[in-house]
Amino acid sequence: MQENYSAFAYLVSSVCFIMALRGLSSPVTARIGNIYAVIGMLIAIGTTLSAPQVLSFSTILVGMLIGGAIGTVVALRIKMTALPQLVAAFHSLVGLAAVFVAAAAFYQPEAYNIGVYGDIAIASLVEMSIGATIGAITFTGSIIAFAKLQGLMSGAPVTFTGQHAVNGFVGLVIIGVIVLLCTSQSAFPFWMIIILSFLFGFMIILPIGGADMPVVISMLNSYSGWAACGIGFTLSNPALIVTGALVGSSGAILSYVMCKGMNRSFISVILGGFGGESAAPAGTAAHGDKTVRPGSAEDAAFIMKNAGSVIIVPGYGMAVAQAQHALREMADVLKAEGIKVRYAIHPVAGRMPGHMNVLLAEANVPYDEVFELDEINRDFASTDVAFVIGANDVTNPAAKTDPSSPIYGMPILDVEESGTVLFIKRSLSSGYAGVDNELFYRDNTMMLFADAKVMCENIVKAMNDM
Amino acid sequence: MEKSERLVENAASLSRNAKALAEQADAVLAQANQVAIQVVSSDGDLFVYFLMVFVLACFVGYYVVWNVTPALHSPLMGVTNAISSVIIVGALIAAGPESISLSKAFGFIAVVLASINIFGGFIVTQRMLQMFKKKK
Repeated sequence: MQENYSAFAYLVSSVCFIMALRGLSSPVTARIGNIYAVIGMLIAIGTTLSAPQVLSFSTILVGMLIGGAIGTVVALRIKMTALPQLVAAFHSLVGLAAVFVAAAAFYQPEAYNIGVYGDIAIASLVEMSIGATIGAITFTGSIIAFAKLQGLMSGAPVTFTGQHAVNGFVGLVIIGVIVLLCTSQSAFPFWMIIILSFLFGFMIILPIGGADMPVVISMLNSYSGWAACGIGFTLSNPALIVTGALVGSSGAILSYVMCKGMNRSFISVILGGFGGESAAPAGTAAHGDKTVRPGSAEDAAFIMKNAGSVIIVPGYGMAVAQAQHALREMADVLKAEGIKVRYAIHPVAGRMPGHMNVLLAEANVPYDEVFELDEINRDFASTDVAFVIGANDVTNPAAKTDPSSPIYGMPILDVEESGTVLFIKRSLSSGYAGVDNELFYRDNTMMLFADAKVMCENIVKAMNDM
Repeated sequence: MEKSERLVENAASLSRNAKALAEQADAVLAQANQVAIQVVSSDGDLFVYFLMVFVLACFVGYYVVWNVTPALHSPLMGVTNAISSVIIVGALIAAGPESISLSKAFGFIAVVLASINIFGGFIVTQRMLQMFKKKK
């Protein structure tokens, strides 16, 4: 009877989680969705706590208080620009928790009705190994992603010859050790699997460059879901299986969306080695007779004040310079002048899916002024000024015209079709993909060489002085 | 004399009985093992059932997530990260018993890790969503 009650409660909690994701279809319903998710979690935890084998509530309470305090403080303090790192760090924790739960199940299988120590059902061992393996990969992979995003290590891809062969070999050894675990039932192969999976997680994320991080984060998000699923099968817990499947497919879809935004296959991203943070700065000599038209904040202020409509194109550079607030101030001044201001977001702008949207929202930009690539791209032709701040490759016309370019085929924002392009950039260096942007040398482009935040502030000043 | 002979005989038959009883106990144990194995292997049916749940949940996830507006992809990651910490249910069972054991220690660590995620994930998602406002 008790079992039926808990199965029902887990079903309710799964439905709550589905409702939470459903809520995210619009910013209006999203907050209610998040509350559904909290309720779902409370139901799941409450149901488990009422299970007959759960007795030491004080230990559990201490654990939850410690974890809850850390999580709360971190989540309240984190800056929105550091969001990608935070999410990477959180993914690593889910992965590690999966490893520990698998270990607990391995040493005390009776608690989960899957046999006794040394004689665990083979199916459960396989499920447990899969959960632990994916969890361990998520853990170390996320740590590398975190280090790259936080700038603790270079975002440049780390590659060596025979890398994929080595990774493939480690992968095969893991499968071999899982078979060994099923036949021997001993602790040694179990820990071997975990250590090898830790290693594997490091190795597969190392070769992936900094700007491919949106894909990596989504992929690790997906992995953390599949790890939960594996553990769910081991514990025969439907809530865990459903949630794991939801998270797993969500991460997979996000990875797909990000890959499509770069016109690259998932496989090519995973194999890595693409681009680098410090892609060779293209010296002026290389541009031959091409000239750029540099401008000042006053020039930019004058051009925009006389425009009827402006589209702002933010990119990762805006996040690095923390320029979102200064940018919104600039937009406010323009709007006060009766100029139509909109924002255009490329799917892979920033370091995680939706990164730019959150930063703009943080700066109090209303979400109905912010548009996705498909919604706004054809409006550039009828727009007076495109204001590019911290974006580069996503505006490069070479993606449409030059089949030899590494970014050929990538969907781009057609900023070059607008009357004037104002391009804020610290120098003429090429973007992440290491490709020169011919937009810099167009007649209708004015380059504003400065830090994004400083430039926005100066433009506001100049506009107010006019 | 006859009495002591009978005593020996009784003792012998008693030991025979005891032996038979032991054999019976062995047989019962073997049967119990058999049953236990059968219970475990009937997990096979349970596995098919959970596989069904899993596949259907993947489809639900697929359609629901495609409906998420791209502007909210960051909060989506935040909330999926928080709900994947429902793995805490496994950790609670491991940390549940009164007696101290290795598995209880593992369970405790997992409870702490998952709690960081639950609280952190929900709060950071709420912070993000709070910022998405309409034009005044």
